[in-house]
Amino acid sequence: MTSPVISATSLDLTFQTNDGPVHALSGIDLEIGKGEFVSFIGPSGCGKTTFLRCIAALEAPTGGMLTVNGMTPDEARRARAYGYVFQAAGLYPWRSIEKNIALPLEIMGYSRAEQAERINRVLDLVELSGFGKKYPWQLSGGMQQRASIARALAFDADILLMDEPFGALDEIVRDHLNEQLLELWARTEKTIGFVTHSIPEAVYLSTKIVVMSPRPGRITDVIDSPLPKERPLDIRDTPEFLEIAHRVRDGLRAGHAYDD
Amino acid sequence: MRNILPILAVLAALAVLWYAAVAPMNIRGALDVADRGGAEVIPAEPRDRFEQSAWRLMMANPDHIALGYSLDRPRLPTPVQVADELWNTTGEMALRGRAMSKRSLIYHGWITLQSTLWGFALGTVLGMAGAIAIVYSRVVDMSLMPWAIISQTVPIVALAPMIIVLSSQVGIEGRGVPKAIISAYLCYFPVLVGMVKGLRSPGAAQLDLLRTYSASGVQAFLKLRLPASMPYLFTSLKIGIAAALVGTIVGELPTGAISGLGARILIGDQFGTPLAIWAALFAAAILAGILVTLLDLTQRIILRRMGMQA
Repeated sequence: MTSPVISATSLDLTFQTNDGPVHALSGIDLEIGKGEFVSFIGPSGCGKTTFLRCIAALEAPTGGMLTVNGMTPDEARRARAYGYVFQAAGLYPWRSIEKNIALPLEIMGYSRAEQAERINRVLDLVELSGFGKKYPWQLSGGMQQRASIARALAFDADILLMDEPFGALDEIVRDHLNEQLLELWARTEKTIGFVTHSIPEAVYLSTKIVVMSPRPGRITDVIDSPLPKERPLDIRDTPEFLEIAHRVRDGLRAGHAYDD
Repeated sequence: MRNILPILAVLAALAVLWYAAVAPMNIRGALDVADRGGAEVIPAEPRDRFEQSAWRLMMANPDHIALGYSLDRPRLPTPVQVADELWNTTGEMALRGRAMSKRSLIYHGWITLQSTLWGFALGTVLGMAGAIAIVYSRVVDMSLMPWAIISQTVPIVALAPMIIVLSSQVGIEGRGVPKAIISAYLCYFPVLVGMVKGLRSPGAAQLDLLRTYSASGVQAFLKLRLPASMPYLFTSLKIGIAAALVGTIVGELPTGAISGLGARILIGDQFGTPLAIWAALFAAAILAGILVTLLDLTQRIILRRMGMQA
């Protein structure tokens, strides 16, 4: 058994606010293996984004242990362990698409030649070849989000952290991007952490679904998906798919998420 | 060219208002001239005229109203008279090769422009430096910002003589430097405020993104904050350069300067030649218009190069 890529042991995070402490994360135990596609699902305030931010060292846990590639999240970040995709594409309007993708490469000090080579490769991965010279405002929302995924893939991080990347897109575009993301995952063999609040999206994409609930933010269920790695869109009508979706829904309900 | 019609309409309305105002403003002067020329004027005594309103004088002397439009020293010159004076002190002198004569507005405009540009440069540097300090240091934010705001509540006319006196006290000769300081004093503020807003315009997610790359503070500044602030900067610069010009002219007014557009305005006032004041005023307005337009063009070019929808 190989060691996990991401490992959390009784992880706590409490924010001190003016209204008293907020327990964003409480007693999180989770292991994520290499090449897994893990979705975090739950209602607002369940800590799914906060947990992802802890992995990215954007938040500091107040208790417990968290390692990424066997290192602390801070060290892992400096070792360029992960690429992060935010809910908003967040492309710089004054940079063309290829210059946007070059941003992390410039900061990390890649040579010009290597930047160009990597930009071409990731543009191809997200099917945006030929759009490198365009500016963000010339692209649709879905294309912008693909460009931001390309930006996260440009340097060779083996972990891809995605915080509701398709949350702002309409369902048709979203389906298409989900398919593309699975292909990309199969080709690159990255470990993916994916925050969503869509049950079908979580079930369709993941090898492991982490169901969370709020106050305090905690894990209520971890489901290992029995679905095959090859997943056409119509797999969503199979009984297996519906059964997992049902279990996720039960998990969400068990977290008393809808009491108030 | 659809816009040309409303623009012309506004201009025409202004011209009509102006011409209408000339009659009551100049009726006294017109009657004095007519009186001296031996014409019949009602009332005949200058002192009696002094006590009557412009409207009554106009009603009593309808024949002399027209004279108000062609006085040598009108209280309110007509637009044509102003344009004439402006041309006589600029283009016509330049044609005769005397553009840099002390009577030429080109010469005075050049003196004012120099101080304006120095003040603008100084004010922009100070404003940007202040903005960077404010954005990166909470202490500076809390301590500098109130003073910046207070500085703009002090009337510049009150400060200008002191700045002139102090700078000559520390051995600075001529008026160029103190004028530039006064001009910078007015100009730095819009730049400071605009740059603070611009540098703070990137959202939390944008800053988080750079943190995930472990970007240094300098990188975050150069790659994110500075380019993001450009549209704000240019807006501020346009306000700033107009303020710098006003500052320079104010610096020339109460300080006994003998050259510069401000000095022309003051001299025109002292010698009772409103035409000279109006010509200098329009020269200043035209100068400001040119400067702002140049900045606007620079903004368009730079923002387009940056790929933004300008």
